[in-house]
Amino acid sequence: MTESAPGPQASKEPFPFPRRHFLSVADLDPPDVVALLDLADGFVSLNRQKAKKLDLLKGRTLINLFFEASTRTQSSFELAGKRLGADVVNMSPRASSVAKGETLIDTAVTLNAMQPDILVVRHGASGAASLLSQKVSCSVINAGDGRHEHPSQALLDALTLRRAFGRVDGLTVAICGDVLHSRVARSNVGLLTMLGARVRLVGPPTLMPSGAERWGVEVFHNLKEGIAGADVVMMLRLQLERMQGAFVPSMREYFRLWGLDREKLARASPRVRVMHPGPMNRGVEIDSDIADDLSLSLIQDQVEMGVAARMAILAAMAARLDND
Amino acid sequence: MTAPTIAFINARLVDPASHYDGPGALITSQGLIAEVTHEVGFADLPPDVRLVDCNGAMLAPGLVDLRVKTGEPGNEPKETLKSACLAAAAGGVTSIVVQPDTLPVADDPSVIDFVMRRARDIGLVHVYPAGAATKGLEGKAMAEIGLMHDAGCVYVTDVDRPIVDSKVMRRLLAYAHGLDLMVAHRPVDPWLTEGAAATESEFAGRMGLPAAPAIAEQIMLERDLALAGLTGARLLVDQISCAPALETLARARAGGVNVLATCSINHLTFNELDIGDYRTFWKLDPPLRSEDDRQALIEAVASGLVDIIVSAHCPAPPEDKRLPFEEAAPGSVGLETLLPALLTLHHEGRIPLLDLIGKVTLAPAEAIGLPSGRLAVGAPADLVLCDLDAPRLINAEELASKSKNSAFDGRRLQGQVRLTLVDGRVVYEAS
Repeated sequence: MTESAPGPQASKEPFPFPRRHFLSVADLDPPDVVALLDLADGFVSLNRQKAKKLDLLKGRTLINLFFEASTRTQSSFELAGKRLGADVVNMSPRASSVAKGETLIDTAVTLNAMQPDILVVRHGASGAASLLSQKVSCSVINAGDGRHEHPSQALLDALTLRRAFGRVDGLTVAICGDVLHSRVARSNVGLLTMLGARVRLVGPPTLMPSGAERWGVEVFHNLKEGIAGADVVMMLRLQLERMQGAFVPSMREYFRLWGLDREKLARASPRVRVMHPGPMNRGVEIDSDIADDLSLSLIQDQVEMGVAARMAILAAMAARLDND
Repeated sequence: MTAPTIAFINARLVDPASHYDGPGALITSQGLIAEVTHEVGFADLPPDVRLVDCNGAMLAPGLVDLRVKTGEPGNEPKETLKSACLAAAAGGVTSIVVQPDTLPVADDPSVIDFVMRRARDIGLVHVYPAGAATKGLEGKAMAEIGLMHDAGCVYVTDVDRPIVDSKVMRRLLAYAHGLDLMVAHRPVDPWLTEGAAATESEFAGRMGLPAAPAIAEQIMLERDLALAGLTGARLLVDQISCAPALETLARARAGGVNVLATCSINHLTFNELDIGDYRTFWKLDPPLRSEDDRQALIEAVASGLVDIIVSAHCPAPPEDKRLPFEEAAPGSVGLETLLPALLTLHHEGRIPLLDLIGKVTLAPAEAIGLPSGRLAVGAPADLVLCDLDAPRLINAEELASKSKNSAFDGRRLQGQVRLTLVDGRVVYEAS
């Protein structure tokens, strides 16, 4: 299955991924990450051509199993799979119809019996992807498990940063907002610190995980201080239902204290760039004025890099499957 | 079934009541302990006696476990009274107190009566029911605790649910005190712990698990002890598990509050890191704590601050455990592993054997007024013969419980039960 067909080429040969599953950035080593980023770089160029299709995953079946609604991540994996020649099926079982956990294992085992090669899973409970990987014979990619991890997001963020700044090593990255409930923050802390970035976590104490100061990051409870001198400000989405849980008093207070506007951003490095994993709450955690300023915002780049980063993950996993 | 006469010779007798740990021999007859000697044998034995040469194995009172859940009535696929009794017998546990959170809830004397009759029919180990403290375990209206007491319940409890309303708790304690009935209460602040699946820590934060601080236990315990002091009632603190709560307990006890405290063998054995990669057999209630808390708990057992150790036997079938961690049911089965797990503290030289055995025999027996828990002439012949050093690899699939959710699965322990006697009858014998 490794012979290449005529047509567009990736600039790098996919390396066989060292693990059967892609569950957590904690499973990755720096050389794996660099190899994935190099591979993804090639896919970025490919994606900008008219003919975007390769056959690295030809004959492979990829199932997107999303227990939580997602537009961005699901379509990103879908496009990534299709551009590499896989057959892609999207499934969105709704947790409300059956008791939650039963659907997870039962659905996964059912789908597994249909002989997919790769299962991309998103679920609202931490550890769900890991649990599922123990019950199926195909490869599992974690597309977000509860508050735990969203490793492909961290990879696309690293790719975005490497392309914007030339390197990740030495960058000061401030991750701001609802860190407590954020799998994006946890994956980015792991991956960006691995690549040599200095990571800060910035948010109110009610939205900061206990013990975060021992994650190899600096913790700030004041946005202006937290982004002072930062090269990158990554804003996290605030789930609006947090107002009910007494995490923060109101949206307007949150925006005043924790929302990113030009005045606060002026304290960051002159070369600062702004990121957001999406979807944004404009006027809650980020001012539209910043989000739409293409000289500042990397948010559109993140979406573009998302497809390339996921193609890199899929290609590396397929290379491993081919070797098995 | 009549009880045979059995003579145990060459034993290591461990009797917390007489504070004796040394060589000895013992005869049971007609369901009672008939003779005890510190000699290794008897000069002359009665005829038709079964002779058991212990070869230095420990002969101790059978264990009394104050916190056992079964699924009967109402959830028999989980565990029946019979399967729980078989597990107990295999673990050297001769008396179990079953919890009232059944279907229906044991908040009325007829359910107490049902459990006691079922246990009599099964005829393995002694089964004592605990009654619900409030109707439906809802923490609102007091259950008929006087009638249940008359029917045979040994204490009242709302099991895992705290009685949040302090007025209800106060009246319950005062009323129970009038009946000389003990109230067991799991101290936990339900608001702090709402939705939590783990103890708040760096580890839980990294794992993305919803977590609550351990002081949620201390906060409720402060209230419970203040109310116990106010009413004079006998309070049993159910499964104390963290260092801050132990400090609170020590202060109250120094102030003369009438309180006993249990801890579970799980919290003496494991810490939060055993959760590892979201392994749901280690999802417990209270959740596993930090290593510092575990060490404090061992110290508290050694110092006598914690009086009683329980198995916290909590069967859960695969459909309740094979779930993402935060959705999985808490609990571990423990009747068969209680004794060997406890012996770890003896083998590690942390706590003298006699003290350890006392926490699972004499202390719980006295707490609920049983005549067992001692090697005394005239006491019930509830005994366990255990080879203290025999190595064991725990395989959950081989346990007698219907549910196999053992946190000790795959663990290497020392201690093999050879024989379990209840009222002089052999209810378990290792092959």
